Formats: sequence, structure tokens, C-alpha cells
Amino acid sequence: MLERAPAKQGPAADRGDPPRPVAFRGAGFTPSTSRHAGWIALAIILLLWQLAGSLSLVNPLFLPTPLAIGKALYQLALSGALWQHLAYSVMRIGIGWMLGTAAGITVGFAIGLSRIARSVGITFISALFPIPKIALLPLLILWLGIGEEPKIATIALGVFFSTAISVYSGVDAVPRNLIRMAQSFNVPFTTIVRCVIWPGALPSILAGFRITASVALLLVVSAEMIGAEYGIGAFVLQAGNLMQTDQLLAGVVILSLFGLAVGKLIGLLEARLLHWR
Amino acid sequence: MDLIADHISHRFGALDVLDNVSFTVSAGEVVAIVGPSGCGKSTLLSILGGLLAPSAGGASLRGAPPAGSLNPLTFVFQDFALLPWSTVEANVEFPLLHTRLSAHERRASVDDALRRTGLSDFRAAYPKQLSGGMRQRVGIARALAVRPAILLMDEPLSALDSQTRELLMEDFIGLLADGTMGAVYVTHNLEEAVRLADRIVVLSRRPGRIREIVTMPLPRSRRGETSAREQLLQLQNDLWALIRGEAVDAEREVQDA
Repeated sequence: MLERAPAKQGPAADRGDPPRPVAFRGAGFTPSTSRHAGWIALAIILLLWQLAGSLSLVNPLFLPTPLAIGKALYQLALSGALWQHLAYSVMRIGIGWMLGTAAGITVGFAIGLSRIARSVGITFISALFPIPKIALLPLLILWLGIGEEPKIATIALGVFFSTAISVYSGVDAVPRNLIRMAQSFNVPFTTIVRCVIWPGALPSILAGFRITASVALLLVVSAEMIGAEYGIGAFVLQAGNLMQTDQLLAGVVILSLFGLAVGKLIGLLEARLLHWR
Repeated sequence: MDLIADHISHRFGALDVLDNVSFTVSAGEVVAIVGPSGCGKSTLLSILGGLLAPSAGGASLRGAPPAGSLNPLTFVFQDFALLPWSTVEANVEFPLLHTRLSAHERRASVDDALRRTGLSDFRAAYPKQLSGGMRQRVGIARALAVRPAILLMDEPLSALDSQTRELLMEDFIGLLADGTMGAVYVTHNLEEAVRLADRIVVLSRRPGRIREIVTMPLPRSRRGETSAREQLLQLQNDLWALIRGEAVDAEREVQDA
């Protein structure tokens, strides 16, 4: 039989003290984002920018208004020039990123799984990763000619190193207990790689994709500014040389939209592949 | 099928962890391994299960595994070791994927293991959606799916709260009741050892040596009876008296490290 204590008894009741609420001390340190705040802030900045231009507070030669940039963008789209430049950039990024990613994933897995590959690979990657890849473009032009190859190779090189690092870091981060568990059931090596290591490393690999997408964008613009007739980088440089700042900024907007689109795409990929997190 | 620990010694670098440990787990027998913290209990289990190569001695099997056993020595892990990206059903099926079983047979094995562990309604859930106790049930279902001869359980309840521990302990007792499956049960909880084991191997402080092997005086089926409680409590106290001094030393050693 349980003995129950009387419900309405306590030290405060005994002493007759009035109860004081305990002060709440747990606020803050949990920042959350508002869905619309960012867009509203952007709209306000564009509005202020437009007003400053319309009231001639800034010289449109140096900073054209958002409407002027939008108009330039529209005309570029209408003339077809935008699509031509964009197609070249997308082609270079697409091929370079895929080549660099394929090589990076292969080498990253080799480093993550093989002692010899790790010993050799990490030394090379540590030595070569810090080199700004755009500095290699002149050398690559000498080796590969002045066509598309050196630009694509520059992008592939930039993507390769970041991918390889994110892949082998991801492989290293796969909990060892999961691998031991699989081994305890005599699961073959290839099945462990496919069913344990690959999905376990995927968060790191996809995080690497975000970085390499930015690296590829940076390198394509740089490479196109150095030696290309077509491409967003070449277009931005030409517009700058001709003081066509509305077109220059239209090119910058395209780059920004392109970066956003790639980020969104990777976000969708993460949502689909990492839904278990 | 018997599992034999044959003069097992192990060192991690300069650290002696196990020293000449020998005992045999007979078919259907449950052997608990207890001892002070750091005495090499989990290391011994890893060696017995083939996940760690000993510095000296070894583990061996005698006799044929039961018909249909796909993995005679099967671990149940302290941290559950579930694939977080797979559903309960896929986790249980995982060790069967590379076996000779057809898809239909795999399905039947998974269904049976889920039913025996009360997980049939949770087959589509992901580990993060489950409580600790349910996750360990998935680990047990996965182990049952391969029809083991001996379960190697490494502190399977230590990550759980006391109520869940109690419920799972009842499940273990039920699963091991018919004597078709043996177990090596590593624990620092003497109550669990006394309730579950047929024999209890008491290891000394590091390097772990066998101090004593205690044979339980009561069959497992009778240990739940009220009349048995006093006897079990006495045995638990005797075991504690046996390892208490070394447990204190081991704790101080860890604090000093």
C-alpha cells in the first residue's frame, strides 16, 4: 500500500510567504529565420537604390538604377546575347564540374579506404590544394591550347581538390561502429562501401558540392575574363571596358541568379537524399 | 555449438588489457562477464566475436552451428549501431542482403524478427523516430533475423533508462528461455548478470584475469519468484563484495589518468 502525502502542504504555505514567480532565464541563443523578412529587406534596399538613382543622388554611369539594370537584362535576353554567353558559361561549368567531381569522388574514396592512397594522396592534396587554380590557367593554355580545354581544366582542378577533401573527410566521419556492425554480420567490403560508407559520407559530399559549385562559378568567370570571347565573365569584362555599367551589373545579376539556382538544386538534392537526418 | 575463449591475452600498445582468459560457453548457455571499469570486458567480447585480433590466445568454435544459422556469432551493440538512413525494416534486412536467401525468404525472416520484438507496426519508421528502447529492439530484431547460435551482447541496456531496461530485460529472458540460443552478456550491472546468466565470469582489474566463475544456483525460470529474491540479492552482494575494492581502484585510476 502506498502512503500518499497531503497535496496542499509546503514550506511557503507554512510560513505564509507570498509566492514569487521564478524568473525566466532561458531566452535567446535560438535564432530562427522569418520567411519574408529577407525578401522585404531586399525590396527596401532596391527601392532606396532606385530612389537614389531617380533623384540623381548617384551618377548612373557608376551605379545604374535597378530598373535600368532590369531593362538591360531584358534587352540582352531579347537579343539572344544573354543566352549565348550563358550557354558557354554553363557548358564550361557543367563539364568542368562533372570531371572534377568524378575524379574527386574517386580519389576521395581511395584516400578514405586505402592506406597507400591515403599516404600518397593526402601529401599531394595538401601541397597542391592551396595553389589558386586560376594561376595555372596560363600553363594550361600552353599545354592544352587556347580553346575550351584550359578553361574546363581549370574549373575541374578547382572542383577536384575540394571534392576529394570533402569525400575523404566524409568517409572518415562515418561512425566506425556502423562499419564494425556490418563486419560482424560478414557483410562483404563492396556492400559495406555501398550501403554504409557511401550514405554515411553523403552529407559531407553534398556539403562539398555547395563549395565546389561556388568554386566553379568563381573560376569560370575568372577564366573567361582572361581568355574568352563568349561567357558571362567575358561579357562582364567587355561591358566594364565600354563603361556599360547597366550591362555589367546585368551580368552580375545573372551570376547571382545562377549561384542561387545551383544552391537551390543542391538543397533539393539534400532534401531528397538526406531526408533521414 | 560451443564458443571457447582459449588463453586470450591482449595489449593496446604498452597497455595490458587482458591476461590469459579462458572459459567455454556451451550451446544454449548464457554467460555474463562482469568486472571493474576498464578490465577488458568489451575487448574480450570483440575478440570472441572476431572483430579484434588478440595479442595471444584466441577464440574458437566447437560443433556445428544450428541448421539455418546465417551468422552463428551475432553482436547486439551498446549504441545499437543502426543505419540512420534506413527504416526499421531495412535495418533488420541489412545483414540478410548478402546471404543466399531469396527475397521471399528474407521477407519472412524480417517479418518473424519484427514480430518477436514487437516492431511489426514500426517497420517503416527511421531510427531517429524511435526511443532508445525501441532502437535497441531493432538491434535485437536484426540479430534474431540471422538466427544466431550465440548472441554477443555488449552492455545492451546501459544506454537506456531504468524502466526501458526492465522491459528489455524481460524480453531477453523470454528470447533466451527455450535454450536454443546462447549468449555472452557483458555488463557492469550485477543485477542484470544475476537475472540473466547461467554462469558469471568475474574479471579482475586491468589487465583482466578471471577471478572467479560463479554458477547460478537457480534456473532462470525461477528467478522471478518472490522466494528467490533474497537468494539473488545475496549473490549480487557477494559479487559486489568481490569486485568492489578493485572497482574503487579502477575508478581512481581513470580519474588520475
